[in-house]
Amino acid sequence: MESFSELGAILLMQGFNGLSVFSVLLLMALGLAIIFGQMGVINMAHGEFLAIGAYTTYVFSSATQAWLPQAMPYYYLVSMLAAFGVTFALGWLVEWAMVRHLYRRPLDTLLATWGLSLILQQALRSIFGPREVSPVLPDWLMGSYQPLPFVDIPINGLFVMVVTLLLTAGVMLALFRSGWGLRVRATVQNRAMSGAVGIDTRRVDRTTFALGCGIAGIAGAAFTTISATGPTSGSLYIVDTFLTVVFGGAASLFGTIASAFVIAQTQSVSEFFMTGSMAKVLTLSTVVLILMLRPQGLFSLKLRK
Amino acid sequence: MSRAKPRPEDLQSPGRRRAAMALAALPMLVAPGLGRAQGAKLAVTDKEVVVGQLHSATGTMAISETGSIQAERLAIDQINAAGGILGRQIRVIQEDGASDWPTFAEKARKLLVSDRVATVFGCWTSASRKAVLPIFEKENGLLYYPTFYEGLEQSKNVFYTGQEATQQILSGLDWVNREKKAKTFYLIGSDYIWPRTSNKIARKHIENVLKGQVVGEEYYPLGHTQFGSLLNKIKLRKPDVIYAIVVGGSNVSFYKQLKAAGFSSANTTLLTISVTEDELLGIGGENVEGYYSCMKYFQSLDNPNNKAFVEAFKAKYGPNSVIGDVTQAAYLGPWLWKMAVEKAGSFEVNDVVAASPNLEFDKAPEGYVKIHPNHHLWSRTRVGRMRGDGQFDVVWETPDLIEPNPFPEGYQ
Repeated sequence: MESFSELGAILLMQGFNGLSVFSVLLLMALGLAIIFGQMGVINMAHGEFLAIGAYTTYVFSSATQAWLPQAMPYYYLVSMLAAFGVTFALGWLVEWAMVRHLYRRPLDTLLATWGLSLILQQALRSIFGPREVSPVLPDWLMGSYQPLPFVDIPINGLFVMVVTLLLTAGVMLALFRSGWGLRVRATVQNRAMSGAVGIDTRRVDRTTFALGCGIAGIAGAAFTTISATGPTSGSLYIVDTFLTVVFGGAASLFGTIASAFVIAQTQSVSEFFMTGSMAKVLTLSTVVLILMLRPQGLFSLKLRK
Repeated sequence: MSRAKPRPEDLQSPGRRRAAMALAALPMLVAPGLGRAQGAKLAVTDKEVVVGQLHSATGTMAISETGSIQAERLAIDQINAAGGILGRQIRVIQEDGASDWPTFAEKARKLLVSDRVATVFGCWTSASRKAVLPIFEKENGLLYYPTFYEGLEQSKNVFYTGQEATQQILSGLDWVNREKKAKTFYLIGSDYIWPRTSNKIARKHIENVLKGQVVGEEYYPLGHTQFGSLLNKIKLRKPDVIYAIVVGGSNVSFYKQLKAAGFSSANTTLLTISVTEDELLGIGGENVEGYYSCMKYFQSLDNPNNKAFVEAFKAKYGPNSVIGDVTQAAYLGPWLWKMAVEKAGSFEVNDVVAASPNLEFDKAPEGYVKIHPNHHLWSRTRVGRMRGDGQFDVVWETPDLIEPNPFPEGYQ
């Protein structure tokens, strides 16, 4: 009987694990879904923005520990806001200095942003050293929550999930209920017409790009609770991120959510029944198969061309 | 035999094929017949002897190899300060392998053919060692290699100052079996040659010698960060011991998530052969307190040699620097070479190699070591318990030196 309830507990935890992987994927992809999905900019440096968000948290953690140790339980929330601020500003700068000159040349954007990602990687290496770092987390973020005997729900996983939920809801609201969202969607659908009716499309582009980068920064800060950050961490994230966005159907936010869910569940369930490497093979084959049947991704925006 | 003709076995892997192609181009640069093998002079004058250092100072492996670079430099500086070797000061030419195996091969050739160095201290990953091996053999160079590795290799031109797999693995498993009454094991590794070969050896030993059981064996790609499913599977199988060979950045994710999933040393025995003081710096000691690591060296070893070594290392590289197993093994290289050269009375590679077997070195930080005729070191193996401050308490060590056995029978 005991072993039966324990099995149930493990299945429950495995279910939670699937949701946890889902929220990590979605959080990674959210910023890119805006930049790539809405603006069509292939931002290869997206992973580095995640890493910069994570490093910001690390800087805050070290500074708090050195000068304000009594603030350790709270610094984390402040550092997330700071991560957003830093990456938003950097995104703004990158759009102004580089991306805006390349809007009509998508393949050049790919090269340019890839170059940017290499520059950022080396910059991070020069500033923080090649070693991977992880911030000291407040105690309330570590450990596990036990709602039932045998059931351990990792608190950091729970935390990432809450952040994902809030952020996704925020992006949805902004995109579909705010004036800015309206202008973004108008610009995506028809740039020339939007300009003609008086929307400052350049401004929309810049805000959108910066916002996407800012969201990546928050995501990076959240990831410090589950993994380490090194100069090359960004390149680990980038594949999963593009996979999620492309599989979902580039221009659809719902697509990104659905795609993150499908990939995460396939991965999590298959990992439980086979080895990690085989699970990855199975997940990627599933994605390839579905993309062969639906090249436009899971969801696609219906547009009059 | 013409120098330009690559041996057939050189052509088996892409890396080697590239190396072979580069070799084929060599005669254009160096007149045939003037190679080192034909007795050309090493870069040794009455005042100095030139040696090479070949590690990754940039790229992904820089994080691991930096310690080795520092330790070798420290040893060389100490030797020079004490009067050098056979009255000559050592001058180092440092090359950067840049975490790229063909680059390692190219730089190795440069050091051996153009610089004519007397020896090279270098490499870290097995992949880089495999890339330079044919060049060292062809040019009759000498390499001191510091990393613990999977074994299954032995070359006239290489001395392995780290442990081969059986030295590191078997006595650790015996210890956990004896002390923790462990019978069931869950083997985990990053997906490449060293963890796979090591786990293969571990499995044979567990099943055939300890009469235990392997209840799971899994590999995850380098850089993997989501271990949730794996941890649930471990909970399902309830192994006595988690045997982990996770490396690099994955380490931090793995141990953080292990803690978040409710595992701790209070309810879990975990033994690893891939966590040294260097890795603990990234993982954070507080996340892994009480788990065990099996190595030949820990920074906290209590003996006069090690005290002096740690003090000198910190004086040179800062009070916060830490010393892991490989760093110590790298430190042995220059000293073992010095002893062999002095015994031979010559810098010639053949003489140094001939003088090396059974050389004893009692000033090693890890204690006394001895060179085996198979070019590996006799050494003790130790089990350390991880502390919150990122150091280890040594809880056990083998009473005798363990004989290196790079080609273990019954473990293939």
